[in-house]
Amino acid sequence: MMERIIESLAQLFLLLALAPLVTGVIRTLKARLQTRCGPGVFQPYRDLFKLFRKGMVIPETASWIFAATPWIVFFSTILAGLMIPMVAADAPLGLFGGVLAVIYLLGLGRFFLALSGLDTGSSFGGLGSSREMTISALAEPAMMLAIFTVAIGAGSTGLTEIAGAAIGQTWRFLAPAQMFAFAALALVLIAETGRIPVDNPATHLELTMIHEAMILEYSGPYLALVEWAASIKQLVLMTLLINCFWPVGLQPTWFGFGALIGIGWLLAKLLFLSCAIVLLETVNAKMRLFRVPELLAVAFTLGSLALVSTFLF
Amino acid sequence: MISGLFLSGIIVWLAGAMASLALWRKPVAARRAACAAALAGSLLDLSASAFAIFSSSPTVIGLPFGNPVFSWAVRIDPLSAYFNVTLGVLATAVSLYSFGYLREMEGRRNLGAFGFFFNLLLMSLALVFTASNVFFFLVAWEVMALSAFCLVIFEHEKEEARNAGVLFLVMSHAGTGLLLIAFLLLTSVSGSLDFLSFHLLASSLSPLEQGAVFLLFLCGFGVKAGLVPVHIWLPEAHPVAPSNVSALMSGIVIKTGIYGMARVFFDFYGAPPIWMGTVVLALGVVSALLGVLYALMEHDLKRLLAWHSIENIGIILMGFGAALMFRALGQPNLAALALIAGLYHTFNHATFKGLLFLGAGSVVHSTHTRNMEKMGGLIRRMPVTAICFLVGAVAISGLPPLNGFVSEWLTYQALLAGFGTTQSLTRLMFPIAGSLLALTAALAAACFVKAFAIPFLALPRSEQAADAREASPSMRAGMAMLAVGCVALGLGATWLVRVFDPITQQTLGVSASSAMVTARGLALTPGTAHGGTISTVGMALLFLFAGAAFALPLAIRWRRRSVKAPAWDCGLPGLTADNEYTATAFSKPLRLIFSALYRPRREIEAEYEVSPYYPSAIRFESEIEPTFEKHLYEPLRQRIMAAAKRMRAIQAGSINAYLAYIFITLILLLLFGVRG
Repeated sequence: MMERIIESLAQLFLLLALAPLVTGVIRTLKARLQTRCGPGVFQPYRDLFKLFRKGMVIPETASWIFAATPWIVFFSTILAGLMIPMVAADAPLGLFGGVLAVIYLLGLGRFFLALSGLDTGSSFGGLGSSREMTISALAEPAMMLAIFTVAIGAGSTGLTEIAGAAIGQTWRFLAPAQMFAFAALALVLIAETGRIPVDNPATHLELTMIHEAMILEYSGPYLALVEWAASIKQLVLMTLLINCFWPVGLQPTWFGFGALIGIGWLLAKLLFLSCAIVLLETVNAKMRLFRVPELLAVAFTLGSLALVSTFLF
Repeated sequence: MISGLFLSGIIVWLAGAMASLALWRKPVAARRAACAAALAGSLLDLSASAFAIFSSSPTVIGLPFGNPVFSWAVRIDPLSAYFNVTLGVLATAVSLYSFGYLREMEGRRNLGAFGFFFNLLLMSLALVFTASNVFFFLVAWEVMALSAFCLVIFEHEKEEARNAGVLFLVMSHAGTGLLLIAFLLLTSVSGSLDFLSFHLLASSLSPLEQGAVFLLFLCGFGVKAGLVPVHIWLPEAHPVAPSNVSALMSGIVIKTGIYGMARVFFDFYGAPPIWMGTVVLALGVVSALLGVLYALMEHDLKRLLAWHSIENIGIILMGFGAALMFRALGQPNLAALALIAGLYHTFNHATFKGLLFLGAGSVVHSTHTRNMEKMGGLIRRMPVTAICFLVGAVAISGLPPLNGFVSEWLTYQALLAGFGTTQSLTRLMFPIAGSLLALTAALAAACFVKAFAIPFLALPRSEQAADAREASPSMRAGMAMLAVGCVALGLGATWLVRVFDPITQQTLGVSASSAMVTARGLALTPGTAHGGTISTVGMALLFLFAGAAFALPLAIRWRRRSVKAPAWDCGLPGLTADNEYTATAFSKPLRLIFSALYRPRREIEAEYEVSPYYPSAIRFESEIEPTFEKHLYEPLRQRIMAAAKRMRAIQAGSINAYLAYIFITLILLLLFGVRG
């Protein structure tokens, strides 16, 4: 019991501290690849710090939903983050839910974010909410197929068991089913975290923004909470992806010297995945909104292939 | 004691029906009598059935008249008791709500008649769930259909209500006809009308007969449940009824179809052939997906909810279908898990859909429109209704930690476990059904963002919405009761699964609950070898702790630093309701993406005086094609009308001819009887 609490607190700290860094690293790498200087990897921390000290402007038209949403989004994302294995193969709150609970908790946050987008009465918020809910709904079947493939391999939807099954066989990620499932989940990750070619996190152009449109009316500490939650969600999904398919370096426990090695491995793997995302974002242009379903259909096809491969190969 | 409570419940309902009919000239007294009797009867029924679930032997109550063939007997076994508990919880809340809801109709409508049919409907529902022989079951079934019909057409001056009522009546009777044939087939084998004699009987028939009986029952009960493709009456009939009736219709009346299927599939059949399970699973998936896709296109709040009933019936049947397949594959423990998922969702759907219809009723009651595009900003004027509706919306979207999440999670677990049970390609059905369930749930979340945000948030879109008033205390109490139910059914999952033990013991011969609870009752697992765990209680406690320890103090501190200002209006002179996103706009991306299904048609007419760039008036019309009505039911209707026209020849109108027909029929029947 006590150990669980310590593990949870350690992972909580890691989530809160690491998430802005990942965002910063991705931004800086992207800037360098586009021969720009970039603001430096620690800029997101400075942004959050500044936003938390500022005042807030709350739209007159908004109700209590607008004020409650940042908290619900923040807490549900963190709760989801505590259910995944980050450093130790044993997820601190694995008892509270597995991969399905993670997805549905992120869904809870999205539900309220979409409500708050409509709450302000501005057309941008509604536009963002509508698009966000559409894209996430279309991403869902592909994600579930990929997860089913992984869960069938591990015999469980518990993430501790999934990571545990992968640890046993180091080269299992090369199996066709795993590769297809990985590709499907990677596409879903891009859609869910709002990255190019689905959404552009850097834009405020009205015709193209999705996530940014929903949170347009947030300012000050609430904006900080929403932004922080968004980067935690990105970290959670990235960690989920790498630790389900490539759990090398996962430690048996959080305690002892091993934890440092585990954190080192985690950082290395996150950096690798960030590089891949940056490369993908740089060589692609943002898609038209109505081309996104095609991308997600590709993800669904990959998921189906993964499923069929589980018993063909 | 159980039989005493149950019988007094029936008598109170019957007395309430008679009393309100007798008092029809005094609307206030009629309303009070009807609602008080409905409430008392529901509470009695609830307590009787709560005891009956855990009683060791089924309670049998027979009335002293009747004969052995046509006996008036009820038998409360765990399955019956479970559906009766569902009825009791929902009916209690709806009766409470009706006290306030019906007040507006006083003096304008015949509340005596309403109270009569309302109590009769509740009574017949309790009897449908408990009747122990074919004859009594069908009588109760008919009383239920007719009283529901009378309540649907209660506002009969509206053509819409009359048409919907007729459609409901026709479909319902077609379904009853199929049931009658199926029951007669079983009776001809068993030689008795008693349900007990049907136990495992269907499995002893020849494969062809088994299949025919199965399909007849599936269709017959499917009509009542709102299964695609025999669902078309549901989105017409549920919205036009008064909202307290809609809540009962969607919450429990369609569950009689589910009850019938559960009774037939798991009591009358032993281990069915696997194709039956795959048919039910496939129909469940199709219903769930089509239900939510059509719901997304609605901007009539109550029609939207009605389509979601079809979706949820689909989810329930996914559980049932998987359970049938597991039975065929010789996996009773997994069958128990899938059956529990389906039954759990049945109860959950009764609570959240009842709640949402009651919420919609309050909204329609105070804005006098069902069109979402004319609402908006109601969260300020109707705060309690808004929060109750929000709880229902979160629950129906399957989001943690409420009840919809628990039953959907159990369904996922059952589907996931199914993959390993067989080597044939049938196993691909399970994960594909699972992924389509995920799509359904995500689309439902999108739909309920719309269904909550458009009516309740932002600025009022019409004067009626701006002048809306909060619902009366009894209406709020009814909604609050169901909202608490949604929370309790979500958080109390580990406690609640024990309720299913007697049911799975009765139908499948296994108990699942002890394997489904771990961590000292804190977490739920599917009971399979390495199933995952969830703990809705744990999640809720963490949310509460984080909210109380961090969110509240910080929010109060930040509040001091906040200013209120208008939202960004794009430089226009102030934000008005015209700038808001509409329900139609919200679902536009999905309308385009699924246009192959919807075949949307739109018409834009612009009038202008000088130049086409400055229109003086624009008329926009958009509709989607009702696929089933157009391609399935319209040809059928035409055939039936043509056949009826030809049959007119024998309807000469002369009494002599009719007497001759009767005589000939009698002779033929006698000959048939002698030969047989």
